[in-house]
Amino acid sequence: MGCVNNRIKTSKYNILTFLPVNLFEQFQRVANAYFLFLLILQLIPEISSLSWFTTIVPLMVVFTITAVKDATDDCVSICSKLPLQSLQQSILQNEKWMNVKPGDVIKLENNTFVAADLLLLSSSEPHGLCYIETAELDGETNLKVRQALPVTSELGPDIRRLAEFDGVVVCEPPNNKLDKFTGVLFWKDNRYSLNNEKVLLRGCVLRNTDWCFGMVIFAGPDTKLMQNSGRTKFKRTSIDRLMNTLALWIFGFLVCMGIILAIGNSIWEHQVGAHFRIYLFWNEVVNSSVFSGFLTFWSYIIILNSVVPISLYVSVEVIRLGHSYFINWDRKMYCPQKDTPAEVRTTTLNEELGQIEYIFSDKTGTITQNIMTFNKCSINGKTYGKSVFINVLPKTVPVDFSFNPLADRKFQFYDHSLIESIKLGDAMVHEFFRLLSLCHTVMSEEKNAGELIYQVQSPDEGALVTAARNFGFIFKSRTPETITVEEMGKLVTYQLLAILDFNNIRKRMSVIVQTPDGQIKLYCKGADTILFERLHPSNEELMSLTSDHLEEFAGEGLRTLALAYKNLTEEHFKEWFKILQEANTSVDSRNDYLAAAYEEIEKDMMLLGATAIEDKLQEGVTETIASLSLANIKIWVLTGDKQETAMNIGYSCHMLTDTMNEIFIVASHTGMEVREELREYFALQALALEGDLENEFVEVACMCKTVICCRVTPLQKAQVVELVKKHRKAVTLAIGDGANDISMIKSAHIGIGISGEEGMQAVLASDYSFAQFRYLKRLLLVHGRWSYFRMCKFLCYFFYKNFAFTLVHFWFGFFCGFSAQTVYDQWFITLFNIVYASLPVLAMGLFDQDVNEQNSMDYAKLYEPGQLNLLFNKRKFFICIAHGLYTSFALFFIPYGAFYNTAGEDGKHIADYQSFAVTVATSLVIVVSVQIALDTSYWTAINRFFILGSIAVYFAILFTMHSDGIFVIFPNHFPFVGNARNSLSQISVWLVILLTTVVSVMPVITFQFLKEDLNPTLTDQVWLNLIMKQKPLQNYMRRVYRTNSRRSAYAFSHQEGFGELITSGKNIHISQYNYFILLKSGAFLKNC
Amino acid sequence: MKNKNSQGAQECPSRCPDNSAFKQQKLPAWKPKLTAPSVLSSFFTIGVFCLLMGICIILSARSVKEIQINYSDICLSCSKLRENSSNWDKECNCSVHFTLQENMLGDVFMYYRLQNFYQNHRRYALSRSDAQLLGQDVNIENSNCAPFTTYPNGTPMAPCGAIANSMFNDSIQLSYHLNSYTAIQVPWLKSGNSWWSDKNVKFRNPTSYNLSSAFAGTTRPPYWQKPAYLLDEEDERNNGYINDDFIIWMRVSAFPTFRNLYRRLHHTNQFADGLPAGNYTFHITYNFPVTRLKGKKQVVLSTITWSGGSNLFLGIAYTVSGAVTVLAGFIITAIHLKLRKKKTYFQR
Repeated sequence: MGCVNNRIKTSKYNILTFLPVNLFEQFQRVANAYFLFLLILQLIPEISSLSWFTTIVPLMVVFTITAVKDATDDCVSICSKLPLQSLQQSILQNEKWMNVKPGDVIKLENNTFVAADLLLLSSSEPHGLCYIETAELDGETNLKVRQALPVTSELGPDIRRLAEFDGVVVCEPPNNKLDKFTGVLFWKDNRYSLNNEKVLLRGCVLRNTDWCFGMVIFAGPDTKLMQNSGRTKFKRTSIDRLMNTLALWIFGFLVCMGIILAIGNSIWEHQVGAHFRIYLFWNEVVNSSVFSGFLTFWSYIIILNSVVPISLYVSVEVIRLGHSYFINWDRKMYCPQKDTPAEVRTTTLNEELGQIEYIFSDKTGTITQNIMTFNKCSINGKTYGKSVFINVLPKTVPVDFSFNPLADRKFQFYDHSLIESIKLGDAMVHEFFRLLSLCHTVMSEEKNAGELIYQVQSPDEGALVTAARNFGFIFKSRTPETITVEEMGKLVTYQLLAILDFNNIRKRMSVIVQTPDGQIKLYCKGADTILFERLHPSNEELMSLTSDHLEEFAGEGLRTLALAYKNLTEEHFKEWFKILQEANTSVDSRNDYLAAAYEEIEKDMMLLGATAIEDKLQEGVTETIASLSLANIKIWVLTGDKQETAMNIGYSCHMLTDTMNEIFIVASHTGMEVREELREYFALQALALEGDLENEFVEVACMCKTVICCRVTPLQKAQVVELVKKHRKAVTLAIGDGANDISMIKSAHIGIGISGEEGMQAVLASDYSFAQFRYLKRLLLVHGRWSYFRMCKFLCYFFYKNFAFTLVHFWFGFFCGFSAQTVYDQWFITLFNIVYASLPVLAMGLFDQDVNEQNSMDYAKLYEPGQLNLLFNKRKFFICIAHGLYTSFALFFIPYGAFYNTAGEDGKHIADYQSFAVTVATSLVIVVSVQIALDTSYWTAINRFFILGSIAVYFAILFTMHSDGIFVIFPNHFPFVGNARNSLSQISVWLVILLTTVVSVMPVITFQFLKEDLNPTLTDQVWLNLIMKQKPLQNYMRRVYRTNSRRSAYAFSHQEGFGELITSGKNIHISQYNYFILLKSGAFLKNC
Repeated sequence: MKNKNSQGAQECPSRCPDNSAFKQQKLPAWKPKLTAPSVLSSFFTIGVFCLLMGICIILSARSVKEIQINYSDICLSCSKLRENSSNWDKECNCSVHFTLQENMLGDVFMYYRLQNFYQNHRRYALSRSDAQLLGQDVNIENSNCAPFTTYPNGTPMAPCGAIANSMFNDSIQLSYHLNSYTAIQVPWLKSGNSWWSDKNVKFRNPTSYNLSSAFAGTTRPPYWQKPAYLLDEEDERNNGYINDDFIIWMRVSAFPTFRNLYRRLHHTNQFADGLPAGNYTFHITYNFPVTRLKGKKQVVLSTITWSGGSNLFLGIAYTVSGAVTVLAGFIITAIHLKLRKKKTYFQR
């Protein structure tokens, strides 16, 4: 057992190492290394076609900005770790939890996170029991029981003895199996075998247990939770990858141009240059035309390097950072209840939010609130409770429970007739709530008078007992033999004769009690399908009525339970009790005997009614899911919870609807069986598919409208995500709140953590975090879409701009003897990309909006171009390149034609090199400014300022650099003195600039207009609607209500309860299966 | 307003983002869109403007009177002589006769035009020292002038560099034949041909009590026949580095074919209005070798207009662009009216 401490290191730098480490990292980026290489080339005088400063200045700017950004990023990640690391837990002395090592004995208090994998030693509860909630770990909502070894539980809270505890644990190596643990404890010459029931895993929360002591077995990265969380991968967006590919292509293109020009140079040197050398005398240096061509190649690589723009990567980073801040600042993604704004934790992924095709969502805590409420009931053929959809109306007054001092304040019910019935003393209603207050395995605790606390195993049960409590049937306390209930203010104690506990096969539980007046009664609650088979025939009428109600409840996605009772005669009970005891004492197949015994008594029951519990969804989940489905995003729910609960949630959030006529469930335990089922499914679809299981699974799953996977372990969640990533090549998003989602969050392209609850683990692993599931809609449809849209526009423009800027040199090469002469002034080359043409495009990349946020949300279809990768792809790239090429052609040849063999209006120079450079540079600045003006669809004041400002700054810098003063100080660096004044005062220069602009821009307008006119995209149509001030004829946002409901009888979010525990204090085994459920929509069949 | 703000602040205790238009991405903005009327009207406006502009430029360019004489072809013997650089000290004169059919009125400029002379070659254009030409005392060894910096004996060249070294050194004179017997020299202005900024800012002679002493310790570039301080002995203000011919040569051209201003007509006597029609002769002292680099030399006499010289390109380019734009306007109108799909609002 290695001594790994509990710290998990995440931040990269500290103050001292920042500069060297950051510089090293930056140079590791291929692009930066490439620019460094260029810089070295420029220092070779034979090659240098540009001064060193043309590269070093942009490089410094880029490095500075990147370094600042890295520093802030790292700072953010340090800051966000603080709350976790400063969590304190009381070990015998206080110690920060990151310092915990294996072998330490630590004390945990109620409602705290377990900080490491612990061997439970003792606890405040009898028999060394303690309760944990594993929702963080596996998404299951019910509490689980852990029990310490009897020998260690004797230690109790005795710190002295605990400190002397010197047992040795020999166990399995760290692994990721959450439901298995094997080990042996050697203590005081005895060996005790250990299993999963003795161990508390990191990520669980201690519940209903005041304190417990445990010995650390695994800490830090060795814990099962961390073993499950997968590796942290460096995430890149698909645009990033495309950009890298394109950068390589451009580099290839650059080399090609270099080669063409080098060959040109060799030929020119041979034909013309050889004679021209009398004016150059450079045959000393270059005596062969081939060698000259070789040198020219490198010179041209330097000149033309701006096609691989140095500022591209840093501009992209800046834009992403800006988008991240917009997300952070969005008030519509701020949750006032939890005081949590949305937070971007990885700032480099924003545009990918606009390309999501698959969402993998956790259930518990993400889609649901993990709060169960008693919502409706049907008692004796009469329904009570208002529909979930209607009761949101603010004017509905909840029932006033003030008459009941023990009522739970949080409980709300919206139907006054029920309380009336109770007050009127309706016997059936009383019996109904009596059942709810008796038939359960809840334990109670009355801390102070009037403050009753229930320790519930499943939240469903808690909801039922709380409902009974509020309606005046207050479960007060229990002993192994009795249950005390306060019925309408009267304290009544029932003798508990037997608990017929729940299990997955029975799907029901019963209690047999003896009332104070000696009557023996059996109370049963359970899944309606099971229960209805066991009713007395006289219930026929009530059953059909209740059945209708149940259907109605199920239609609203409520979890239903049917309730029944049975009066027993004393003889009958005694007879049966004998059978039960025999079954209990039988050695083998005890469970079978027990089941048979239970079956024997649970028949001919009288139906009381049914309950409907709402597994409360997070706010706005239904609308969010509906919008996202309209945006063609497929949503998969991956949960560790049981199939029934998962499907129920599927219905309640309308992921599953009745129109989906074929629900396809794969529930096999072995690979072969799963294969069989998948094959069977394919047969149905008349599709024959070969290949491995993975492939088949993905094929089937992706055909489905909705996929729900349950009973998946955290690692399996990640595997599902990986599977889709691998086979579908789609952009995936995973959203979750618990530690069990970490692996999925890490492996998806984008991971989102739900923040604001206690657990921070998912948030820490995530790329984005916010407080509510419903913000996902805004994040994707507004921010994601905009980000993608802006980034694509930015990239298109950026490549266009750089090609227009650079290729002019290529054309010029044919007229300057391929001598690598630049067209522009060196200062212009230095400043063009970082000053003249950077801010307007940056402003567009930051602020542009094609449609406003409301329309983005309303017309979810607008999201599709991102998924189909339409706005920036290789084809678009080539269009941009062609556009740039055309512009550079116009930029060069119009001045060339105009200035060929001519003089200015004063007869003096106009066709000299410097005037030509100024003319082309000015044309370029104006053309790219006009182009950005055309591309910008959302002109904020900032855009206007930047576009006009860039032109103004260009002229200001131009006149400054061409001014007398600066020339006299640095005559060798600013040789263009007086040029701007002389050239720009010529009419013909302005005529040339004007013509160049018209020729460069008009074709673009033509194409753009015709495209929009003839083949309008949805965006254009939305625009048109806005202009016409028309209300959309059909709203894309259609509310989905389930009209034709179907019965969902899977109700109990329940495992084998505490029944046995209550009566015997012994522990029970929990088995876990791994299987997937696939749900298949009927709509798909029609589309086929 | 203030009240409202403070209320907002109360609602959002600590971490709530500010409700500013910038942070909520709701900055007021102008949202232009290409609509049919705006696009079409801009097409027709721009098209008609370009068309008119083009016609104006063509008309004005055609009003320019221009004569070009290729004297490197006409003075073949001189061209041959200069191909061998060992004949550098042999003088070669050449006369070229021509007849001016019409009067050239107004300002008349004489240019020399070189073809296939790569003044824009990178190594050539780089080879100068602006500091030296500014009259500063600089160590030209470190400048870009190489290989034309110093002679083997260490004497620096003034001016240094390949551009200065290759300066155009033909002298061209024009005589006007009043009748078949008498010819008078056409008066030309040697100075005032360069940019003011070049003459007064960019080029300055080194300061000393006289020019020859200012150039003491330096020597002429190898291809020059006389040192810089003897470029114009008549005019102190047109001598040395601030000699107009030198300044104009030092402003390298953008293309291998270019014309540089040589002289301006001095409006006196018969030439008060320009050059009258008649017979003329160019007297050329042929020094500058071009045929070895397959180049040509021309002498050009030209008037000018507001749009520059006689180059028709700009006018034609404007006319063509204007015509194409108007045509495109018509085509777009046709397409817009006939072919466009019915604007359908949101069918699923």
